[in-house]
Amino acid sequence: MILKNTSELPIGVIGSGNFGTVVANLLASHREVLFFIRNENSFNDIIKNRHNRGIKLHDKVKPVNDLKFLVSHCDVIFPIVPSTSFRSMVKDMAPFLNPYHILIHGTKGFDIKLADGETLKSAKLLSRLQVRTMSEVIQEESVVARIGCLSGPNLSKELAQRQPGATVIASHFKEVIHIGKRLLRNDRFQVYSNDDIIGVEIAGGLKNIIAIAAGMLSGLGYGENAKGLLISRGATEMIYLGQVLGGHSKAFLGVAGIGDLVTTCNSQLSRNFTVGYRLAKGEKLTDILQDMKEVAEGVNTVIVAKKCAEFYHARPLITNAIYKVLFESLTVQEALDYLMRHPLNFDINFAMPEVESNEEL
Amino acid sequence: MERIEEKKNKNIEYKPILESIPEWPVYQLSQNRKAFLEGVIEKSIKHIHELRPARKQLIDELRVTVFREQNRIKRNRWRIDPKDDSAFWKHIKTELNSIENGSQEGEGNKEEELLFEIVSRYAYEIAGNFKPSSYRLARKITKFWFVRLLNGARVKKFGAIFRSKYTLRDKIHIVGKVEMLRRLATKGTVVMVPTHFSNLDSILIGWVIHSLGLPAFTYGAGLNLFNISIFSYFMNSLGAYKVDRRKKNLPYLETLKTYSTLSIENGAHSLFFPGGTRSRSGLIEKQLKLGLLSTAVEAQRNIYLENKTRKIFVVPVVLNYHFVLEAPDLIEDYLQLKGQERYITEKDKYRSFQLLRFLFKFFLKGSNISVAVGPCLDVIGNRVDDEGNSLDDRGKIINTKEYFVSDQKVVVDKQREKEYSRMLSNKIVSEYHIVNRIFASHLVAYVAFEIWIHRYPKLDIFGFLRIPEEDLEIPYETFQEMFRKIRKEIYKLKDEKKINHASHLKGKIDVVIKRGIENVGIFHLKRPILMDNKNNIITHDIKVLYYYHNRLVGYDLEKYF
Repeated sequence: MILKNTSELPIGVIGSGNFGTVVANLLASHREVLFFIRNENSFNDIIKNRHNRGIKLHDKVKPVNDLKFLVSHCDVIFPIVPSTSFRSMVKDMAPFLNPYHILIHGTKGFDIKLADGETLKSAKLLSRLQVRTMSEVIQEESVVARIGCLSGPNLSKELAQRQPGATVIASHFKEVIHIGKRLLRNDRFQVYSNDDIIGVEIAGGLKNIIAIAAGMLSGLGYGENAKGLLISRGATEMIYLGQVLGGHSKAFLGVAGIGDLVTTCNSQLSRNFTVGYRLAKGEKLTDILQDMKEVAEGVNTVIVAKKCAEFYHARPLITNAIYKVLFESLTVQEALDYLMRHPLNFDINFAMPEVESNEEL
Repeated sequence: MERIEEKKNKNIEYKPILESIPEWPVYQLSQNRKAFLEGVIEKSIKHIHELRPARKQLIDELRVTVFREQNRIKRNRWRIDPKDDSAFWKHIKTELNSIENGSQEGEGNKEEELLFEIVSRYAYEIAGNFKPSSYRLARKITKFWFVRLLNGARVKKFGAIFRSKYTLRDKIHIVGKVEMLRRLATKGTVVMVPTHFSNLDSILIGWVIHSLGLPAFTYGAGLNLFNISIFSYFMNSLGAYKVDRRKKNLPYLETLKTYSTLSIENGAHSLFFPGGTRSRSGLIEKQLKLGLLSTAVEAQRNIYLENKTRKIFVVPVVLNYHFVLEAPDLIEDYLQLKGQERYITEKDKYRSFQLLRFLFKFFLKGSNISVAVGPCLDVIGNRVDDEGNSLDDRGKIINTKEYFVSDQKVVVDKQREKEYSRMLSNKIVSEYHIVNRIFASHLVAYVAFEIWIHRYPKLDIFGFLRIPEEDLEIPYETFQEMFRKIRKEIYKLKDEKKINHASHLKGKIDVVIKRGIENVGIFHLKRPILMDNKNNIITHDIKVLYYYHNRLVGYDLEKYF
């Protein structure tokens, strides 16, 4: 059908974080890679040492710091930058992008559009028009139509050590999925496909909320039963929220949903987990955040999910409880007690939290 | 009764963009009709083979087709169906059975012959027949009678019928990107996609195309329209091809799509109603049928594949009426469909006589129609400039061809094109909402209905519609206040370029309300909204009010109630 004999254009990777570096290396086993590094100093360092963040670069990875050069020499590009700088990155690229480009991003999280002078905290409600996934940002800011998303339980450290792992490529375009698979797959790395890109993106963002809760349970000293409870209830809540935000439930049951959720809840070093853990130990959120260099993505996700759910008259129990712990001085123990006492105890009923309870926290 | 004043139309007499009929693409198509249809048949068969590659699959598909066709003949027969319909399908069935019973090989390719027979039959059935002589005649008749009716009605003297003082242009307001459309029709191929509210749309849009000086378009018109003889006459001569929505079988759909693709590819300007049927609910179409839209995408790809550059422009058009003749039946259908899953047959109660009577009333009472021409789009849904260049949201020029490129060459990728059709469809829907031109009558209907339904927050729409009409009334002051508020919001939306409104919406609020009320569904037996002698707003037909109110749904205005 399409693309039997591929021409050998290099593949672009944008974003020099851990995950970006790992993806560049994965791609390099199939094709030459242009690896964009914005910061001049780190660019020079990487050129000199061929190492980035402790990961050795594959021989076929060529660091560049000219965005125009990269975009005009590649027709497949993987943007992997934090969600907060994603929009401005796409805007920078947009003048050079053309309809033949294929973008497969690997960024988890949401882009939030706020009115002037408004902050995430001061905004009362958020509609879905203000909460955008990365693929929607690409659509809004550029002419690129063929967009894909890379998501899954992908801890960079393990991937760098070539431990077995898997990921999902989601796109409305089969062509994008084929290309992504062909470029990433190897004997240690399985690639699954999914056509619900919005669902996959939402799952990738929402799981951070549950990661905070996992930290909390661990901070209270609870064990595996509690974690099993949390993961299953957390998955249900993600599906529920996902439906509110426009994803289909199937995406949440796959590698990018449950798979990523379990990994995140078990990874004790993540910032989200740490926030939850220290809150449970009685520390204040402001103190915890002060110690951290970067904001834990999950804290913002909790705000976004709560305000967006409210806009659509949905009631996600776990998210709302965590929100109260983070910002309204409920203690972790109280939140847990509330959830344990809650009268809603269907196991699986995705339409659940909406109608039945009027009990306020 | 006071007539609604529109800002005076510019009243331009548009010159035809192509001088003589023989230059029209649709004419050239009709001249080569036989060769064209052979092309359609050949390509359709090729497509069907791609979809059903194995012999067994093909035979199964043919069996399904026969079954459905015989079912249709039994259950849902129309006047215009060919006389030999049942004989033909009986013959196909017998032949199919003989394949099954006879030896597997040796019989040759009987199923191929059958497929050819079926597809040819469909192709000739779909094909329009553009004849310059009857086109001219039809145009003359339309103009003659419309103008006469108009004058007789306006001047209210019988003698005036023979004068031609007023023209249709006083009555039907064409606004929007008209110049752009005319310009781009000379540079590329236009695919016009109007909203569909009334059977009158087909005639109206035909007149609009002619009066804009554009050559005749090929039309995808519902076969049910050909049931009504007066329409049938016009449509046949205006280059319409027939779309039979009862036939959902694969060979038919493929033939229909190929027909459309090839005529667009050959440069014939085309028109179809992408909503499929008339909007039952009165809502602006939210979901379009992707089948025919995808033919525009496919045609563009084929053009690029042959290394040509001729561009296809998709033009959304919104038709606005104060009054939709079929509204009571349409909304009834809609409610039944939503209320319970049920098969609804197309019924067209309005025969030629009723239509003529309607047209007379229409001119007599002065109900305006507005036709809003939206911006031209490329087949992906990007807006284009006056030169036909596609632009992105930031004004950068895009090469549309590159959407079809993989690995630096144009390739066929049906799945990708299906997504493009979906993107195009979304864009058309959003353009509909932007160029939608709100009349005072729409706003009156909307405000009254929303006030009432918000009084019963616990009832669903069906429960609400069962409330006796006598229980519904609104004191004038309450109504006026709400009307003012929503009108303000509409002004705001207009500033944000999210909607448009007729100029008569502005001005003294009492006057606007009065005009609005007088015009909502002006000719219905039971008026959807009126004022009683105590100056309260009341209704005689809440369902029809619901229908007209729906015109303003989709702008998130409900939250102000």
